[in-house]
Amino acid sequence: MSFAASERSAPYWLAGPALLVFLGLVIIPLGMTVLLSFYDWGQYKGIVPEFTLKNWIEIATDSYFFEVFLRTFRISILVTLACVLIGVPEAYILNRMSPGWRSVCLLVVIGPLLVSVVARTLGWALLLGSNGLVNQGLMALGLITTPLEFMFTETGVVIALTHVLIPFMILSVWASLQRLDPQVENAAASLGAGFFTIWRRVILPQVVPGILSGAIIVFALAASAFASPAIIGGRRLKVAATLAYDEFLNTLNWPLGAAVAVLLLVALVLIIVGSNRLVERRYAQVFE
Amino acid sequence: MKRNGALALVFHLAFVVFMLAPLAIVCIVAFTPEGYLSLPTRGPSLRWFKAIFGYPEFLRAFYDSLWLAALSSTIAIGLAVPAALAIARYRFPGREAMTALFMSPLMVPHVVLGIAFLRFFTQIGLSGTFTGLVLSHVIVILPFALRLVLAASYGIDRRIEHAAISLGADTMTAFRRVTLPLILPGVVSGWLLAAINSFDEVTMTVFIASPATVTLPVRMFLYIQDNIDPLIAAVSACLIALTAGLLLALDRLYGLDRLFVGSGKG
Repeated sequence: MSFAASERSAPYWLAGPALLVFLGLVIIPLGMTVLLSFYDWGQYKGIVPEFTLKNWIEIATDSYFFEVFLRTFRISILVTLACVLIGVPEAYILNRMSPGWRSVCLLVVIGPLLVSVVARTLGWALLLGSNGLVNQGLMALGLITTPLEFMFTETGVVIALTHVLIPFMILSVWASLQRLDPQVENAAASLGAGFFTIWRRVILPQVVPGILSGAIIVFALAASAFASPAIIGGRRLKVAATLAYDEFLNTLNWPLGAAVAVLLLVALVLIIVGSNRLVERRYAQVFE
Repeated sequence: MKRNGALALVFHLAFVVFMLAPLAIVCIVAFTPEGYLSLPTRGPSLRWFKAIFGYPEFLRAFYDSLWLAALSSTIAIGLAVPAALAIARYRFPGREAMTALFMSPLMVPHVVLGIAFLRFFTQIGLSGTFTGLVLSHVIVILPFALRLVLAASYGIDRRIEHAAISLGADTMTAFRRVTLPLILPGVVSGWLLAAINSFDEVTMTVFIASPATVTLPVRMFLYIQDNIDPLIAAVSACLIALTAGLLLALDRLYGLDRLFVGSGKG
């Protein structure tokens, strides 16, 4: 009897400390942020804890906020597409390598993931500047006559973010490639299928779940990215995360910044949960 | 399995260049002898590496970051091990919701968490303190620790532990002598991954760091916002070298494919 009772309460005792910490340090602060977005603010009076829809109305009506959110999602979609187009073939190539080479190449894929985002973005700032190596190389090849503008443009931000996030796509696709039976591919080839037919009819259908879950991760991280857009995009090219940062630490309009952050959170949660549902329903048979 | 064709190898080579180019350029520029950003055409110089010692704020931020990573990942693993055992072994009401809550920092943008912590710490008087930094880092790195400990906990046979208890060991002894050694690889790699993530975190930390307590990535970020010069390239090059060393050690000790894909060999 006592053993059964302790068995029933045991998981709560074990997980209790972590649960308390998360309730106190995730739920309460997030709740306070939502509340903050409904507070009033003035240049001289500061934050006034009175309920108002002012911030939300400002975000809904001022086209500046619409523009920033549109840019954020445009950049995220482009980054996701680039990660799919580069990451899927690369994962396939990695999967076909001999184990020795693969572990070396895996270092190249995963290594940058562990290097600080600030250092990696600094590298892109050095490469993409108007006197940077990319422009010098393109001009030496005679492809362009005047330097291309990468710094402070969406193109530059997309390039840097693709570099930062592509490991997530490769790892996700690679995980689903590993479950693939290589004999199926051989069977298709022995039945006379060409390379592209094998890809389209045999491999792709089986790795689509991996591509989609990788795409969701990349999209979510791109939409909430901060350091890369801040460094490459500069002060003018704002995305949602850098806009919230500005409101908090430069303008000091915390309630408006909180509203921007809450909107970003809600939009992302809706997109992630919605696409997860879609993926699970559409590909339920693959997961079985 | 078939080999990669020539086209595949060209693609792979271009990809490797793409991945390594930004890291390589930082390391190369760091060796410039000039006073401005340039490639070291007149031969490499250690001038800018020596210059780092003239900026004690970088060194202090580095030690603060190390200390913060060690402390917060230790607390996170201390919370994650019992929580993982609860989730892996028991079926109880609220189990799914609890797991989702513990994993939520992966889904909530770090900007939002930074804002939430800034607001919360300002209200309770922890704003700008090292304690605040540690608490917030514990939250964002716990999912990494939990995931690896969970993966290790699912695999173990509970009958071994029951055997220890039936032989007279109390619960604590059984955990210490039987369970813990079995999940140790997961605990160690979970701690390490958590520490790395804490050390690299910049988006959330930039909101709650104060001039008195600032981490290295935040210090670098604020510096780059003002100007980009060979000094910051030298600091970044040191960071890249440190990470590369750690990565090689990790690969030797544990295997990167196991750490990140969770299905490697051995």
